[in-house]
Amino acid sequence: MASVANQVPIAEGLFTWPSNDPRLLGSKCRDCGVVTFPAQSGCPACCGEATETIELERRGKLWTWTIQGFLPNRPPYEGPETPETFKPFGVGYVELPGQVRVEARLKTEDPAKLRIGMDMALVVEKYVERDGKDVIAYFFQPADET
Amino acid sequence: MDVAIIGIGIHPFGRTEGVSGLEQGVHAARGALKDAGLEWTDMEFAYGGSSAAGNADAMVSKLGLTGLQFINVSNGCATGGSALQSAYMAIQSGMFDIGMAVGFDKHPRGAFTVNPQAGGLGKWYGDIGMALTPQFFGMKIQRYMHEYGISEDALVRVAVKNYKNGAKNPNAWRRIPFSYEDVASSQMVCHPLRKYMFCSPAEGACAMLLCRADKAKQYASKPVFLKAVAVKTRQFGSFEVFSQSQALNRAPAPTAQAAAAAFEMAGTGPEDIDVAQLQDTESGAELMHMAENGFCEDGDQEKWLREGHTEIDGKLPVNTDGGCMANGEPVGASGLRQVYEICLQLRGEAEQRQVPNNPKTGYTHVYGAPGLSGVTIMTN
Repeated sequence: MASVANQVPIAEGLFTWPSNDPRLLGSKCRDCGVVTFPAQSGCPACCGEATETIELERRGKLWTWTIQGFLPNRPPYEGPETPETFKPFGVGYVELPGQVRVEARLKTEDPAKLRIGMDMALVVEKYVERDGKDVIAYFFQPADET
Repeated sequence: MDVAIIGIGIHPFGRTEGVSGLEQGVHAARGALKDAGLEWTDMEFAYGGSSAAGNADAMVSKLGLTGLQFINVSNGCATGGSALQSAYMAIQSGMFDIGMAVGFDKHPRGAFTVNPQAGGLGKWYGDIGMALTPQFFGMKIQRYMHEYGISEDALVRVAVKNYKNGAKNPNAWRRIPFSYEDVASSQMVCHPLRKYMFCSPAEGACAMLLCRADKAKQYASKPVFLKAVAVKTRQFGSFEVFSQSQALNRAPAPTAQAAAAAFEMAGTGPEDIDVAQLQDTESGAELMHMAENGFCEDGDQEKWLREGHTEIDGKLPVNTDGGCMANGEPVGASGLRQVYEICLQLRGEAEQRQVPNNPKTGYTHVYGAPGLSGVTIMTN
């Protein structure tokens, strides 16, 4: 296992890092209570400006999904695949109870293993190696596989 | 002040090697002028848009430096619709009597390339592979099919219909019909959407001449009247493309808001529409837009398609020119292509694809990133 010193998050402020139990970071409006991800300064629901950063739930239910079937254009894509090695990957929205639906890469790319309403769990792990460091990102995977 | 469309022009959609997007726009502009028997020097203003083929106002160097007011419009897939709305307001305000809305584009082959930061998103969003419009379309229809019990059959039927209509349109890109089997067995792109259910980035141009309705008969024997033009952006809770998160409570889509505003402005309802052009970025979009625009209930689409209601001879013909699927998607031009087709239909000039029984009222609808919609209602 790589040391934390050799790991960088894909973006600052998306999830707690470094951490043994990383959590996604969202923002909650102090006026209306609406939660957004990633954390942001204004509230898209009530137009208020008072938000606070909160840790989001680790588990939720799959709200919808698809399978990305072709290699995305780069840029903006910076994944490790080539046209020869590309394999389809899952993307979906996971509904975190009482908070928000978060868009995420899924650790599953088999349509037969995905169904709306299934339990999903957060995984924070290496996405790609870049400049000699592991880039850490967040994913969701079926909860029964964690 | 009512507004009329008195001239229409188009450059064929698809791929035209050696002709820039701007030149295609000039071709469409000249076509619209000729249609109305007018000259570029007669134009008091123009609104123009292109997303990937340069600045629309550069057209003046080819059309003539007359000093007119020319404003560039940039509004995603609703660029053409937004140019038309701007032109409509310019005349309705009483500031101008006559002018042009024009849109053109020329996109590279393959899927659209998105710049997440330009849309206010983090660089990481593109880095990890989520800044793709086809994913959103796949996820939106996946959820919709789950909620309303719609099967893949409906997705296939939309595509088959649109390619069949496109085969009857001399300005369309894809003019060979696909069979049910061709569509149903094509490569899976973003589950549940397959390759032949999607439109592709392409090229093309379209232009409209607009004038005060009380002067329309001076220029056109068959003017088309713009009874409503509405553009709306997303409200909190609607499910839109490039959303890193979504609210727990759903709100109506911007399309539903734009449709409601347009029907109110025109004083008509969905039952009054004889022919419609609905954004068909892919099969799922056309299906959902049938309901979001108020033409059917959520979940009724499969029945509608099986019974042929959206065919050219059905009770509500949809995308009679083949839509984005058969014409491709030049972002700056698509919204105006829809209006062009409705003008032909209301003028009775759509030839092989003419909707029977002299349609009187037509409807257009575009949807664009990051969640906006434009609707027009026209009468003859």
